[in-house]
Amino acid sequence: MIRIKGLHRDWKEFALKGIDLEVQDGEYFVILGPTGAGKTLLLELIAGFHAPDCGEIFINEKNVTGLPPEKRNIGFVYQDYSLFPHLNVRKNIEFGLRMRGIRNRSKVEKMAENLNISHLLHRYPLTLSGGEQQRVALARVLLIEPDVLLLDEPLSALDPGTQDTTRRLLKKIHNMSDLMVIHVTHNQTEAQILADRIAVMMDGKIVQVAAANEVFDRPLNDRIAHFMGVENVLKGTVTSNNEGLTSIALDSCEIEAVSGCAVGEKVHACLRPENVTISVVPVKSSARNAFEGNVIEIEPMGALLRVKVDCGFVINSFITKQSALELGLGLGKHVTVSFKATAVHVV
Amino acid sequence: MLTSRKAPEPLMLVFLFLALVLLLFVVVTLANMVIEQVVTDLPALINAACEKSVIKSISLSMYAGLVATFISLILGIPAAYILARKDFFGKGFVESVLDIPVVVPHTVAGIALLTIFGANGLLGAPLESYIQFRDAFAGIVIAMLFVSAPFLTNSVREGFQNIDPRLENTARSLGAPMWKAFLFVTLPLAARHIMAGSIMCWARAISEFGAVVIIAYYPMIGPTLVYDRYLSYGLSASRPIAVLLILITLTIFIAVRLLSAGWRRYDKD
Repeated sequence: MIRIKGLHRDWKEFALKGIDLEVQDGEYFVILGPTGAGKTLLLELIAGFHAPDCGEIFINEKNVTGLPPEKRNIGFVYQDYSLFPHLNVRKNIEFGLRMRGIRNRSKVEKMAENLNISHLLHRYPLTLSGGEQQRVALARVLLIEPDVLLLDEPLSALDPGTQDTTRRLLKKIHNMSDLMVIHVTHNQTEAQILADRIAVMMDGKIVQVAAANEVFDRPLNDRIAHFMGVENVLKGTVTSNNEGLTSIALDSCEIEAVSGCAVGEKVHACLRPENVTISVVPVKSSARNAFEGNVIEIEPMGALLRVKVDCGFVINSFITKQSALELGLGLGKHVTVSFKATAVHVV
Repeated sequence: MLTSRKAPEPLMLVFLFLALVLLLFVVVTLANMVIEQVVTDLPALINAACEKSVIKSISLSMYAGLVATFISLILGIPAAYILARKDFFGKGFVESVLDIPVVVPHTVAGIALLTIFGANGLLGAPLESYIQFRDAFAGIVIAMLFVSAPFLTNSVREGFQNIDPRLENTARSLGAPMWKAFLFVTLPLAARHIMAGSIMCWARAISEFGAVVIIAYYPMIGPTLVYDRYLSYGLSASRPIAVLLILITLTIFIAVRLLSAGWRRYDKD
């Protein structure tokens, strides 16, 4: 368990203010917040790269506030993975063991096998793809069997396809080892899919800590809501899959998506608001998904409007102000929302 | 950058011309001396190469330069690391102070060193029964160290600055105490800058004349010997030694550069 009490640190241009947190053993804990909220700095304080002005950090009931990083038994993976460019993959992975004076080839090789990087052991980091670098960084950090794994934006430097695989990998690692993970991100989808609990961080403060769904369903204030609400993330179960065309049952209806998911799999359907079309009369189009509902909220966002439509489930759509005018949109207006099956990202 | 295959930019032509002037200034001056010596008086060059006092002076230059570089490494690397990693009050001042030897006229540096390390100097006097600097090997090294250390410190500092502190943090989190992170991550990653800085430092050390000649005329290093022969016997007597000095140092530079070329792969850029 990690317990953080009244952690405070002032950097002049930025400050972390009165951070209180508790993360349980085996928990996947996500710190979610916009860029510049101080998430990485908090992670670095936990790791011991900076010393706090005041406050205390306990790992497994041991006060580590005054300990240097090497005595905290934590694993830390930076956004850019920070592989040592002068060492090959094998030497990178065994770095932690060597610092402890241990040589264990079989352990290194087994870990490489688990993370599917055995074929890369002789290569140098700069010749690897982002996903490969990520797996090497994970192998390196898992080999020291840390009490807690600290991940700084682990997915944001990856392309979307690799993000999916890596997200699954993180989930798998967590499920297998029951390792406590603290994962920092600005990506709401990522947080919702991975987290047991989420702490929302803004301007150097923790503003809400709750179970993953609760943060999305019941944000404490409008700033959090604004930060959370941009994406449509719909939970459901796959009911059929016909050559990739997948039907997903939500609570009240069924949507269609394109994916490789098997029947019965519990999934999240992610839909960007800009991919949702709004019309006032039912139109024939190639969009596989069309639902009727009522406009419950219209919010200006620069040149765009964010329109919330309740059609059994709430869906957000971005449309231009001009379109809203032409459609005569207003609160309570009955509309049809539609989106293509290919616009739905299933994870 | 804009590139065009057909018409080069007029400004580029001007730049090219001026760069060529600079290049020729260096090459013609040195090559003229070497070629003239080889063509008009090869035997004198061969004689110089066989003369014991010449060999002794040139080796002394090389050796004293190496010792000065080694001391610069020991003193310069920690300073470079602190300057690269830490911000503190008066940092700009400290940086300027470390750079002062570059701008001080070398004869002035020699006089200043003499007042510290001479027989009556601040350090020279109490140390006299253990080590002498005036007209001694230690004096040569001290003079070389003073003028050349800034080149090493600056190059190594740049090397350290190029290394992402996150790599050191990661090493620490993986269980490395600070000294191990420094030894196994920071130093190897700065290897090319340390090498380049050492070459510059050594080059500066063996080319030093002004400061050395004031604190230690004897034993004569290469440049002092050239000067001494010039004063005593004129150009024809000093030139063969000068040519020899140039040829030997150039050969060593090129060799070291070639040997350290492969180190580039450690760099991120």
